[in-house]
Amino acid sequence: MGQITLQQVTKNFGDVQVIPPLDLTIEDGEFTVFVGPSGCGKSTLLRLIAGLEDITSGTILIDGADATAISPAKRGLAMVFQSYALYPHMSVRKNIAFPMRMAGVDKAEQDRRIEQAATALNLTDYLDRRPGQLSGGQRQRVAIGRAIVREPAAFLFDEPLSNLDAALRVGMRLEISELHKRLETTMVYVTHDQVEAMTMADKIVVLRAGNIEQVGSPLDLYRTPRNVFVAGFIGSPKMNLIEGPEAARHDAHTIGVRPEHIDVVETDGQWQGRVGVAEHLGSDTFFHVHDTGLAEMLTVRVAGEVNLRHGDTIHLNPRADQIHRFDDKGLRIQ
Amino acid sequence: MATKASRSAARLMMAPAVILLLGWMLVPLCMTLYFSFKKYLPLRGGDLGWVGFDNYVRFFSSSAFWPSVIATLVIVGGVLAITVVFGILLAILLDQPMWGQGIVRILVIAPFFVMPTVSALVWKNMFMDPVNGLFAHLWKFFGAAPIEWLSQASMTSIVIIVAWQWLPFATLILLTAIQSLDSEQLEAAEMDGAPPLSRFGYITLPHLNRAITVVVLIQTIFLLSIFAEIFVTTQGSFGTKTLTYLIYQRVLESQNVGLGSAGGIFAVILANIVAIFLMRIVGKNLDA
Repeated sequence: MGQITLQQVTKNFGDVQVIPPLDLTIEDGEFTVFVGPSGCGKSTLLRLIAGLEDITSGTILIDGADATAISPAKRGLAMVFQSYALYPHMSVRKNIAFPMRMAGVDKAEQDRRIEQAATALNLTDYLDRRPGQLSGGQRQRVAIGRAIVREPAAFLFDEPLSNLDAALRVGMRLEISELHKRLETTMVYVTHDQVEAMTMADKIVVLRAGNIEQVGSPLDLYRTPRNVFVAGFIGSPKMNLIEGPEAARHDAHTIGVRPEHIDVVETDGQWQGRVGVAEHLGSDTFFHVHDTGLAEMLTVRVAGEVNLRHGDTIHLNPRADQIHRFDDKGLRIQ
Repeated sequence: MATKASRSAARLMMAPAVILLLGWMLVPLCMTLYFSFKKYLPLRGGDLGWVGFDNYVRFFSSSAFWPSVIATLVIVGGVLAITVVFGILLAILLDQPMWGQGIVRILVIAPFFVMPTVSALVWKNMFMDPVNGLFAHLWKFFGAAPIEWLSQASMTSIVIIVAWQWLPFATLILLTAIQSLDSEQLEAAEMDGAPPLSRFGYITLPHLNRAITVVVLIQTIFLLSIFAEIFVTTQGSFGTKTLTYLIYQRVLESQNVGLGSAGGIFAVILANIVAIFLMRIVGKNLDA
């Protein structure tokens, strides 16, 4: 079990309110990702759930029971930190055993769970090493192992992949997703990387300045962003957001078109411009298009290799059914 | 330091410092060795020729030798124990966020700036004096008879005075070590269900290992040769005659340079024995 409910939770640091009243329910077994730009309060929110910070007002329920005043250790949650927070003077085995030792689990049971976790995480050969002798990915797995053996009601991940290089990050992303499928335990995951959010989450919570901007499945957020902020934050490269007369033509204050929803045509496009930077990825090509008569630079994604170079003229047609419209408050117009 | 030229230039530039340091160390050591094999009584005939190992035998077999070694070790051990234990406690206390932290830290460091002679005199006359000392007043206030600190509890008194001087040093080193502890480690331990005392024992203390080693090694070097505190308080009486003080008495009070020099060599040997033990016990902490 691992349902977490936040009711009217707020957090102040001194006079500054970092989390305005906030309601959120994380269902049992769900993989929930908190995503948002730096300083949006996502890590703070996770620490409030963990109990490492006291909430200023409101209630936190874990499995329906009030956990607001319960100490972190007794909430039955396990946390994986950004720095991994391994104990440097203990071997991997002792690191993983530490929470069980503190809980007074008997020795045989400890060994059984360590074996199990080590096998699952490919750590069997490293159990007697110190964290300092391990690579970043291995340390990450030890931190996860230390969390698993507690058999917690929910896992909390605080930007666990941000210290890894790009290739390892993709690998660990898969491993964590698989772990979730296997354990079917609630996981709450904080990241500023929207790719991680999109690929791993059952449910994404987009945060800005402590406010929840939108909650939904990855594709919900992609298809129907509730406001300009979510529209700009979810999706890579960023959605093109266009204001002014072009938006007014669509009866909106702002319109948004994703780079992948703009077609490149030979002649007579709705927009015509000059290619700036062209990013050739092989599978895709991203063009930055200038001088279209719009105030904003446009980003366009074309599948495959396209032979257009810096300074070439390009004709563009946005797909009419993929234009998102927003009013002057930034909210979506249905 | 990649090329041959830069390496030899480096050696050349380091040479003055190395030569100066070597000279500083070697000249007195060689002179001590030289005198230790001579009968040299400055006021009673001066240089009276070579005597072989006579000085060593006399110094070693004198009744004052072993008590002085023990007194030295007791002072070193006592001061180390007090400074390390209280240093850790003070460092933890000073690490807590509080109002006026900067001022408090400077005040805590202050005793280190007081000269040993001065601090020993202040302790002797203001605190430990059996008539006018603050301790005497305190004892009287509670109706007890004042302790004559420097004669009845001479060793304790010296240890207290020296520990007071060295506590700031230990606190300072340990405070910086505590501040370098990753707070996420403590939080992880908290999540893992470790109560505060276990967090201290399993996380903070192991983290401090290296700093404690540094404190112990550096303090030992200086504590083996404390002199001023004894000179201005007990003058070596009441069982506080350390090896250093014994050598001083042989050289200046008995005017026997040869005998004192032999004692000096014994002091060097004692320091090395202590150093070997310390490196065995705590030195491995420096490797990791």
